[in-house]
Amino acid sequence: MSLHDQDDPALRAAQEERLRAVWKAPQGIFLRWTDCNNNRVGAWYTLTAFAFMLFAGVLALVMRTQLAVPENDLVGPNTFNQLFTLHGSMMMFLFAVPMFEAVSIILLPQLLGARDLPFPRLSAFGYWSFLLGGVFVGGSIFFNVAPDGGWFMYPPLTTRTDLSGLGADIWMLGLSFIEVSSVAAAVELIVGVLKCRPPGMRLNLMPLYAWYILVVAVMILFAFPPLIAGDVLFEMERLLNWPFFDATRGGDPLLWQHLFWIFGHPEVYIVFLPSIALFAMMIPTFAQRHLLGYPWIVLAAVGTAFLSFGLWVHHMFATGLPKISLAFFSAASEAVAIPTGIQIFAFIATLWAGKVKWSTPLLYATGSLAIFVIGGLTGVMVAIAPFDWQAHDTYFVVAHLHYVLIGGTLLPLFGGLYYYWPLITGKKLSDRIGRTAFWVLFVGANLTFFPMHFSGLFGMPRRVFTYPAELGIGWLNLASTMGAYLFALGTLLICIDLFRSPWRAKSPRNPWNAGTLEWLAHPDDEDWGIRSVPLIESRYPIWDQKDFVAKVDEGRFFLPDAEEGRRETIVTSVLDARPLFVVRLGTPSWVPMLTAIALGSVFILTTYHLYWWSLAGAIVTLGCVLYWLWTGTAEIPEKPSKPIGHGIELPLYVSGSSAPGWWAMFITMMADATAFSGLVFGYYFFWTVHPEFPPSGPGMDGPGVFWPMVALGVAAASWVATVAARETNRRGGVAAARLLLAIGIVASLAGIRAGLQGPLTTGLDPELHSYPAIVWVLVIWTTAHAGIGAIMQGYALARSIAGRMTPTHDADLRNITVYQHFMALTAIVTYATIGLFPGVA
Amino acid sequence: MKRGLGDRVRALKVTLWTLIVPPTVWAGHFLFSYLWAAIHCAKLGGFPRFPAMYAIGTAVALLLIAGAGIVAHVQSRVPGDHPPHEQGTDTDRVRFLAFSTVLLAALSFVGVVFTAAPVLFLTDCR
Repeated sequence: MSLHDQDDPALRAAQEERLRAVWKAPQGIFLRWTDCNNNRVGAWYTLTAFAFMLFAGVLALVMRTQLAVPENDLVGPNTFNQLFTLHGSMMMFLFAVPMFEAVSIILLPQLLGARDLPFPRLSAFGYWSFLLGGVFVGGSIFFNVAPDGGWFMYPPLTTRTDLSGLGADIWMLGLSFIEVSSVAAAVELIVGVLKCRPPGMRLNLMPLYAWYILVVAVMILFAFPPLIAGDVLFEMERLLNWPFFDATRGGDPLLWQHLFWIFGHPEVYIVFLPSIALFAMMIPTFAQRHLLGYPWIVLAAVGTAFLSFGLWVHHMFATGLPKISLAFFSAASEAVAIPTGIQIFAFIATLWAGKVKWSTPLLYATGSLAIFVIGGLTGVMVAIAPFDWQAHDTYFVVAHLHYVLIGGTLLPLFGGLYYYWPLITGKKLSDRIGRTAFWVLFVGANLTFFPMHFSGLFGMPRRVFTYPAELGIGWLNLASTMGAYLFALGTLLICIDLFRSPWRAKSPRNPWNAGTLEWLAHPDDEDWGIRSVPLIESRYPIWDQKDFVAKVDEGRFFLPDAEEGRRETIVTSVLDARPLFVVRLGTPSWVPMLTAIALGSVFILTTYHLYWWSLAGAIVTLGCVLYWLWTGTAEIPEKPSKPIGHGIELPLYVSGSSAPGWWAMFITMMADATAFSGLVFGYYFFWTVHPEFPPSGPGMDGPGVFWPMVALGVAAASWVATVAARETNRRGGVAAARLLLAIGIVASLAGIRAGLQGPLTTGLDPELHSYPAIVWVLVIWTTAHAGIGAIMQGYALARSIAGRMTPTHDADLRNITVYQHFMALTAIVTYATIGLFPGVA
Repeated sequence: MKRGLGDRVRALKVTLWTLIVPPTVWAGHFLFSYLWAAIHCAKLGGFPRFPAMYAIGTAVALLLIAGAGIVAHVQSRVPGDHPPHEQGTDTDRVRFLAFSTVLLAALSFVGVVFTAAPVLFLTDCR
């Protein structure tokens, strides 16, 4: 198709009709919820996260009311414990992180000129998991069983079943379920940024928001899995009495603190960076110029991401670790101020160099920076260990973290709300209400949290449900409470503004005169995302490329049609965004929702110790996943390639490292390997804390060398068989490949038996001591992975037999080979550790 | 014609993986520091009086970061195209990734120095 063809209005209308039909949203009261288009799933996601934020905010108001005066009795200590635990947990797990994912699911395809993200059904699955898990965790307070051990759930308070009830299980299992949806979103967003950019959008032209999303999604991949590993150990202790954190049986509560904060500190940057990313989009718009220091911002994002993994012990300064260890973490905590400062200076410089338009979103952006900087400065203070010992667990820390989170997450999101509302609804919010709300929020936040620095320094510990009048901090607390109500009023004003939106008139397209791709969105938006996928030559194509908007709208760029009636977008190369192939996207389906419900049932039923039902749920989940994969992925296209315009013909099927599916497997396995390394960390951690390792005695001598080595050999055989199957299949030896896959299945199953045999024959008793418990956990993890490996090998075999996988269409086999690489690595580490390390130690 | 060192350095590939070399070295050094202190204090009975191993490890990390930074610096000045080097060309993409690597190398270098500094002052496991 040439440019000339697109001059024909009739042709354009026909193309639009086809696109409209393909991207039509499902209708009807029930069917509409099967949708997986990013604009709808993203909107549901955002609204749900916003609702959880309001709920958690109300919990905070109840707490502030209780603390308004000394010795108040509005709520008792038990309820208060539930209130602060749920407030913190919901704000972090059900608002801050999901909100970033939600906003990214809406914005990213628009920013990248893609029709949708590469795995729309995965987004839908993530949303339904989030909704279910969130309602389960949040709703628990109405039954007086909400978690009550603080949002970081320190054992032994939370692992001893005589000190903590169902709430601890609800926290652990409910939030583990939500972590699954976070990892799913991370996979989606990383593959989206790396592979679904429009042609020409090289890495140096990528919108900064996409850079931040890439960085944050990678952080999720390395931060959440250690918590998942911690959750596994934690629930093993609660449900099975395996003593990982019980000091009387060789466990150590500090192990939980390590695993939690390896997650918990990067988490702070996971919620901060996406909000600052919104500034990187807003500031050029309102300065009406390119952002200054593009590489410096990339440095800041990547640098912060790395450094944030070296900060976790600054939450543990008071635990008695050697001072030299504290000093390392203190140093990294100070260093992280450098990239954070750089990005703030880049924003200020851009505003300075531009012609600033003082809009409502910019007011939020600058105001939140002011609040954030105060939080950052107290952060530098508490990063110094001797100061932290004085301020630890006081209201000073409460003040610090709220300044950081309100300035670094909440207010930027409100700014983003005012900025992007026209993009999503086609209507602007009220400037008058927005500005009023801003000043109410700004004063409210400072009035709430600034006095807390002093109440902390005067000796008020955090998490107390009341305090004596003699402490002399009544007036500070009263000020905080008044501020909290003011803050709530500001939030209410924003809600009122949102509710009035449906009655307002449409705003013009691109109302802020922005330069980036997402503002191609039309007020009367179509579901197809973008009319044609553009060729990008600048960071601000709407400003810099001639007739850009008209060319996109008239379908003069790539993929302006949907001739075959399929949802499609272009996949490009990582560095230079060269078009590689056209990927066919998932369509609305019940499967993501059903899979989420089935997986949710596994977690929820386990909470109530209904293990058989939970096993049934796991089998249904497996069935759903297999059905989803079989019917919806790696489909062999009806023709090898199709034209996308301008004389370019792209293939419709690609396997291996160019394909999104391969990347998704690789990224998922990176997360899996990180969780595994959390467990391995546990093993070596116990080595450092036990004078004698491994301990000896009945039930503790094992697992020996023989069986672990057999298990390792069998795992290697499974790996060899799979790699050989891939190569044989590629060369056309279909029958031999099937035979090799069958051998692989047998080897994987034998690996389960051999793995379990070591601890079984030596009679390792996991309830006796942390050593046998951690050995058992490593073995169970590895053999469970062998089992999943066997299912994958069986799946590839079945696909081959059914004719859905051929020598030229071998995505399934290539993807499961990636799994087998990681499986082999897991087996090497596990069996070398449990079999050989006791001899070395 | 024999190519100079500068040309050979410029011909090296610049990717997302090379971008994260300096901070990865920082991370490796940080992990090394943590393990070095934890294992010495918990298993080897105390703080080493002459932490030669630590000094060598730190020097290696700094050299690697400096090396990556110098290579990236040379690459970031690859000739061709006009300033401000914000175009969608091969040269500008290489210059961008290389310059970002230089910046990350500087940050990582400072990060390693920050991490190592306490060893000069703290000499026991308390």
